[in-house]
Amino acid sequence: MRIGYYPGCSLLGSSREFDESTRAVAEAIGLELVTVPDWNCCGASSAHVLDHQLSLALPARILALAEAAGLTELLAPCAACYNRLCSARTELEADPAAREAISRIIELPYQGRVKVVNILEVLDRCQDRLKAKATAPLGRKVACYYGCLLVRPPRVVAFDRPEDPMSMDRLMVLAGAEPLAWNHKTECCGAAFSVTRTDLVARMSGRIVAGAAKAGAEAIVVACPMCHSNLDMRRPECNALLQADHQLPVLFITQALGLAMGLDPVRLGLQRHMVPALLQPAAAGAKA
Amino acid sequence: MTGSPHPSAPSETLKAKVEQATGVKLNHCYQCGKCTAGCPVAQDMDLTSCQILRLVQFGDPAWDRQALQSEGIWLCLACETCSTRCPQEVAVPKVMDFLRAEAVRRDLAHPRSRDILAFHRAFMDSVRATGRLYEIGLVADYKVRSRHFLKDVMLAPRMLVRGKLPLLPHLIKGRDAMKRIFQRTLGVKP
Repeated sequence: MRIGYYPGCSLLGSSREFDESTRAVAEAIGLELVTVPDWNCCGASSAHVLDHQLSLALPARILALAEAAGLTELLAPCAACYNRLCSARTELEADPAAREAISRIIELPYQGRVKVVNILEVLDRCQDRLKAKATAPLGRKVACYYGCLLVRPPRVVAFDRPEDPMSMDRLMVLAGAEPLAWNHKTECCGAAFSVTRTDLVARMSGRIVAGAAKAGAEAIVVACPMCHSNLDMRRPECNALLQADHQLPVLFITQALGLAMGLDPVRLGLQRHMVPALLQPAAAGAKA
Repeated sequence: MTGSPHPSAPSETLKAKVEQATGVKLNHCYQCGKCTAGCPVAQDMDLTSCQILRLVQFGDPAWDRQALQSEGIWLCLACETCSTRCPQEVAVPKVMDFLRAEAVRRDLAHPRSRDILAFHRAFMDSVRATGRLYEIGLVADYKVRSRHFLKDVMLAPRMLVRGKLPLLPHLIKGRDAMKRIFQRTLGVKP
């Protein structure tokens, strides 16, 4: 099976373990990732604040390049990239004049033929192969945290249930973990305010960490680089505000699945986290 | 774009501009307040989403100005909780995006928007130059613009040892095309 791949900027830098673990899991289940040639930044949480046309043009260039490469489906593991690509695609789909205008701006023909999918969608499809490979059940209680961008707005992403999504929970069952019912599945972590309004991020992400801990989670599982860095890298700020010492690790869904498949934790990039993620599969000798 | 705070014809009101640019029908909002009830940053806003929509609905230049000068429009994170729950399907974050851009155009942006705007501009400048985000460049640029030189200085070395902070930018081949995209949209000269 072949699928287009758009790693996005975070996966080359601050969240490179998401890229590493996605590639490792894809290889293990025989999923070939074809990277979009010469891809650019999607504009993330910044372009749309400055200019609407720019927020359409940046994703449109990526989609046009994918189209030119003969791809019909594009996997964007980063939830922010996924959301921006879906937003641009939806808006351009409804408006032929906008499509023409954007083609002139990006100097590439844009037809909107490439479908954008997120990592949970793709993994969900590969359930049989994942099941066959998941030989090291995690045996842990996990809080599946979806955040905003995978499920909202439902008219744009049309994925899972916007208020109580379950796709990641199902994957965690498959990995032999116990996904918990908890209250913060789709609360906002503070996203792009990580640098500019760290005070707000500490409060918002702190609530999520505390919520997961209260539900009895041993780890939080995510599918978004911004969620990950706010819950992991900003943990000292969260803990300071909460006057607590929450040490539960934050894993990308591909890292959690990779562990359940017995893949090398270093290949999955687990050593790159700020909050130590010593989450070994229960079968391989658990560390508390 | 006249930049005048006193538009005369109805087609020049902020309301008309928002509707034209975003496709959102502001009168669809009947002030139920659900957007604000679910907003994760409502408690930090001087004017909440619901109040901002109300101000703009009237087409009154003085109230338009209040909305544009608010800090609230800058605190919207586009988490889309509001638009997901809105019984009238009003795309509130789209309206916020337009109001922020308009506030900058009319030079009415709230003083505390400075850092937020500096971050987004630094981000986009990095993308304009290399095609992708260069995280070290972004942080350095942001520090210069915001003058918060000491913020997070301890974070960089911790990221470096974990291989999370590549020292060199990734340069894409289509950098000239990227610069032209920015020129045609933001109006930045290549």
